[in-house]
Amino acid sequence: MAVIAGTDSTGRKIRWTLLDIVVVVYALVPVLWILSLSFKTPETLNDGNFIPRAWTLENYRLIFQTPEFVRALANSIGIALIATAIAVVLGTMAAYAIARLDFPGKRVLVGVSLLIAMFPQVALVSPLFEIERSLGLFNTWPGLILPYITFSLPLAIYTLSAFFREIPWELEKAAKMDGATPGQAFRRVIAPLAAPGVFTTAILVFIFCWNDFLFAISLTSTEASRTVPAALSFFTGASQFEDPTGTISAAAVVITIPIIVFVLFFQRRIVAGLTSGAVKG
Amino acid sequence: MAEIVLDKVTKRYPDGALAVSEVDIEIADGEFIILVGPSGCGKSTTLNMIAGLEDITSGELRIGGKRMNEQAPKDRDIAMVFQSYALYPHMTVRENMAFPLRLAKVDNATVEKKVTEAAKILDLTQHLDRKPSNLSGGQRQRVAMGRAIVRNPKAFLMDEPLSNLDAKLRVQMRTSVSRLQKQLGTTTIYVTHDQTEAMTLGDRVVVMRGGVVQQVGAPQALYDHPANLFVAGFIGSPSMNFVPGTIENDTLRTVLGDVPLTGRIAGLLAKANAPREVIMGVRPEHFEDAHLLDEPTRDRGVVFEGQVDVLESMGADKYAYFSLHGEQAASEELAELAADAGSAEVTASGIELVTRLSAASSVAEGATAKIWFDNDKVQVFDPSDGRNLTYAGR
Repeated sequence: MAVIAGTDSTGRKIRWTLLDIVVVVYALVPVLWILSLSFKTPETLNDGNFIPRAWTLENYRLIFQTPEFVRALANSIGIALIATAIAVVLGTMAAYAIARLDFPGKRVLVGVSLLIAMFPQVALVSPLFEIERSLGLFNTWPGLILPYITFSLPLAIYTLSAFFREIPWELEKAAKMDGATPGQAFRRVIAPLAAPGVFTTAILVFIFCWNDFLFAISLTSTEASRTVPAALSFFTGASQFEDPTGTISAAAVVITIPIIVFVLFFQRRIVAGLTSGAVKG
Repeated sequence: MAEIVLDKVTKRYPDGALAVSEVDIEIADGEFIILVGPSGCGKSTTLNMIAGLEDITSGELRIGGKRMNEQAPKDRDIAMVFQSYALYPHMTVRENMAFPLRLAKVDNATVEKKVTEAAKILDLTQHLDRKPSNLSGGQRQRVAMGRAIVRNPKAFLMDEPLSNLDAKLRVQMRTSVSRLQKQLGTTTIYVTHDQTEAMTLGDRVVVMRGGVVQQVGAPQALYDHPANLFVAGFIGSPSMNFVPGTIENDTLRTVLGDVPLTGRIAGLLAKANAPREVIMGVRPEHFEDAHLLDEPTRDRGVVFEGQVDVLESMGADKYAYFSLHGEQAASEELAELAADAGSAEVTASGIELVTRLSAASSVAEGATAKIWFDNDKVQVFDPSDGRNLTYAGR
């Protein structure tokens, strides 16, 4: 019996491993392809080889010599960080209220935030364009930060309220009995325990802001606030007959790096079971 | 340290449900008082109202003579131990215990001193730098106690603090809680659903049912003189036996035979205007094997014959169970007690009788036994409202 069970589970392991490999290859090939393109010289760009025959760093040197790209990178980092910070702080407070309190209009609030998340963003681009132009927000940092916060808040609230619900309510009661004001109870007991949720949310919101193309292309007009995804689409070759594939690939690789760094940095803080030992049961 | 007074304290939830109704308790300084009752009797709600975790709908709560209804928990200067312990998982034992002091902005040296002291009392010194998740249940429980005692509050509130421990540890912790309370002399209000804890720990016990206080008194007083069927059935393990009966002149006719009423009981019944149909209650230890008694003692009581259903020998004494034919004693209180004990479905028709006999008894399972009981120790209850007709009052 044991032998049969053993071969059975080995067979299953092999099947799963094969499936996993297929998925990983399917997901990574385009990324590797971009990486490969970014190291190719213009002459070998279209030779169809996966591994470049002539390696070059020319593309990377070129994009960092392009002021539009460097400026766009700064815009991207600044706008995404600010939007993430504000969305996470507001989302934390809103999610805490939703998870803990019973207030009139709670269901409406949750419903409306869900509605915002579901609303097709493309339908809002024209009205937003008009509004921002008349308010003087068009082509500024706040002009992008505000819509980013709007559309990432529902996500933040949803993720965070799930985390808050996991924290035993008795801890808060205990903090109150120990002499804490509601503010102290939140800062010193609840917030540290909700940290994994906060970091998860921060990662998700940051990725959303970083990757956005629709708002970035519609609500900016110059390099004053244009973010990298939008700036990429304005890349041109040295002459109009030259293909900017190499530089676009290099830029795409470069803008992936901050996301990886951001995720790796915060992922270490996402540890499961932070509340274990709080309550028995 | 201070006395705590509950003056007609009532809790009504917004949906209209009445959780606690006009509770009047005066708790003396340094007293250890137990709130006991089945789940849903309002004991925890009462405790939470004293703590300030729930609002008081009406009535007044005074701690040390001052009205506390509107004070936030932190301004009441009372500490609480939760059933789930509610330790802060991101802090070490030391930080957990120091937390109330840090919030009170006590200086570092004092914090260190008090935490060390509390840790010594609770035998936690070697665990101070560990996190709660690495502690055993008993250790966590002690940390929760430590967090309560470090700041010398006016009172301790304990919400079933031992119910998450296993049976052996619970008995052990019960004695340490008792010792700790005596040592510190702090007013303590302790909530439990376990009547053994109530009997062994408290200076006084408050029995609650459906949000209403049934009786307040010393454990022995509640045991000997329960005010009604509910208290009689709740306090004591195994619980009191209840048998329906009819009063005819000076005799109580029951399935256990005719019980002549002693002068004391007859007098109390007359004073209480007893109805004809009553419920007789006899504690298990008031039964004895008739063969073990001398003539005069046997004549003083009532002897009945029955077949022993189950016999449990506990070493020091024997528990003999009988099932007798006849109607069960029926009342609202008894139904609630049975439901709380989870025996509502199990009980077969007929009367279940538990007797505690001395170890020398030779009764055998399945055999017929002659059992005697003391007719001066019986209690008589009114089935309609459950009151104890033989209750002499205080």
